[in-house]
Amino acid sequence: MSDKPKERKLPERSAEDKRAFKRELTEVVPHLRAFARGLCGRPDMADDLVQETMLKAWAAQERFEPGTSMRAWTFVILRNAYLTDMRRNRFRGDYDENVAERILTAPAGQEEPIHLSDLHRALLTLPPERREALLLVGAGGFSYEEAANICGCAVGTIKSRVGRARATLSSMLEDGDIPDRSLEDPAAHRAILEELDEVAAGNGKAAAKAT
Amino acid sequence: MSSGEEQVPPPNLPKGSAAKPGDPEWASGLKRLYDSVVDEPLPDTFKDLLSKLDDSGEK
Repeated sequence: MSDKPKERKLPERSAEDKRAFKRELTEVVPHLRAFARGLCGRPDMADDLVQETMLKAWAAQERFEPGTSMRAWTFVILRNAYLTDMRRNRFRGDYDENVAERILTAPAGQEEPIHLSDLHRALLTLPPERREALLLVGAGGFSYEEAANICGCAVGTIKSRVGRARATLSSMLEDGDIPDRSLEDPAAHRAILEELDEVAAGNGKAAAKAT
Repeated sequence: MSSGEEQVPPPNLPKGSAAKPGDPEWASGLKRLYDSVVDEPLPDTFKDLLSKLDDSGEK
């Protein structure tokens, strides 16, 4: 709707700045891959998403404030790209059992009371806004405040999303009852798109008040 | 009698460590899912992309 007027002059970045930016971007790529894979479940699509994110970040580097968190900044870009792609139905967010089996082989030498593949599948059945909140806080190690900034919502909203995500996962995993959320089912798919619209309303900008 | 209390993580716990006492047992698995991807060697496609960024960003 807003066709961004280009009046705000951003400082030209020197070659040195660009090198620093690229170094930091390189460092966060593994984190982008981990976040993306948690969001969309399919490693190949997750990696596509990360590449898209890297290109967008590079193109927007003037807007990155040196000294702030590159990881948080790029996560916002990745998240917005994911939401856009999801609404275009590029990612169906489905779960590929074989790929997951291969990817999620637990590191050796540790007894695993819960299969990581079950955990991953359970994670993918969560509504997207709860899934991303849990990923950011529970896996990515972001504070509630940082996660709220990334998602463009209030801290309280993040806390409640994480709390609900945890409760849902706990009960699923304890009962061993992980529903299949089939995306072949048009009703389920519609519901997911509606949820995405809600999530996208936050748009990952500043901490706007969302419920 | 204070079993409902939220446990305060010990101060020496590194920031970003998601596992706290009282977390459900799957919580460390979630962290491990994430870390296992972080620790994967970076596929060449990413290295290629990063080196291309250099070219296109040249002034």
